[in-house]
Amino acid sequence: MSLLHTVAKSPFERDALSSCLDLSLPGAAILLYEDGVYGALKGGRFAERLAEAAKTRALYVLGPDLKARGLGEDRLIAGVTVVDYRGFVELAAKHQAVQAWC
Amino acid sequence: MMDEDRTDEAEGGSGIVKKFMYVNRKAPYGTVYALEVLEMVLISAAFDQDVHLVFTDDGVFELKKGMETAGIGMKNFSNTYRALEGYDIEKLYVDQESLDERGLAEADLIVPVTVLSRAEMAKLMGEMDVILSA
Amino acid sequence: MKFAILVNEGPFNHQASDSAYQFAKAALEAGHAIFRVFFYYDGVHNANMLAEPPTDDRNVVKNWSTLAEDHKVDLVVCVAAALRRGIKNDNLAPGFRISGLGQLIEAGIQADRLVTFGD
Repeated sequence: MSLLHTVAKSPFERDALSSCLDLSLPGAAILLYEDGVYGALKGGRFAERLAEAAKTRALYVLGPDLKARGLGEDRLIAGVTVVDYRGFVELAAKHQAVQAWC
Repeated sequence: MMDEDRTDEAEGGSGIVKKFMYVNRKAPYGTVYALEVLEMVLISAAFDQDVHLVFTDDGVFELKKGMETAGIGMKNFSNTYRALEGYDIEKLYVDQESLDERGLAEADLIVPVTVLSRAEMAKLMGEMDVILSA
Repeated sequence: MKFAILVNEGPFNHQASDSAYQFAKAALEAGHAIFRVFFYYDGVHNANMLAEPPTDDRNVVKNWSTLAEDHKVDLVVCVAAALRRGIKNDNLAPGFRISGLGQLIEAGIQADRLVTFGD
């Protein structure tokens, strides 16, 4: 079993995503939601680091948060899966614990 | 300081022992998180769980020695970290990178801690059952 | 599966309480149980029945009360955090109760997963 890490804050404002990437193990899942979704933007400052992380960790973005912010799935870097709240729940259920990065 | 909270709920665990981790990532005083995490940790002592206290990112500032808060009119709670041992909370971890990035060294800290690399910290976190973070 | 939810931010400055509410609803719809929702830090403001948001927006406090009523979800407000912030039984919204931090630790022990929203 592995952890689900959630990131709710924009990486342009805080180091939540960066610390999450440092302190998550290969095999872990990372869900970006709320302002955390901005981290997964194609062409954004964090795109490269996140693409690298996607090789060893499962990356997810919460669809309703993306949509609310005027962003389509086409704006995300490759290798990211979009989920809804039900998907968030199932991710939490299938990992041993959830660590929230704010 | 926290006695009003130490109610008779302590037996709620009914024998289950889980690995709990409290992750401190915020500096003290600027926001209330450090103080209220500490209150949470003290309550948890009554439940006989396997408690791990982590200080990373700005959380390492919580442990800085020599705090004097009279000038900002706020309560200095840093001595409470020294009292944790009396509550059998003895697993305190700090990561080296967070110290380094902030120009701090282990000698700056008010309590003895285990210093880990970020990789070792990630591994420890990966072993937990419940993680509470602020 | 039994979920415990921790809400650490108030109802309006941050999205955290909204996200927690959407998560709780989705979990219930998927057939999971919510062991408890615990409100800590400024999260205790979610229980303030005196809150009156504009009528053309969601009412976060009321959403929680309705969830508690419809699904018998246990909404617990931390007493120490609440007293600091002026949340008392006098202004406690329906469906919430005030109790000790031990209720959070107990939720961590008893629930299968604890999911935190907000700082």
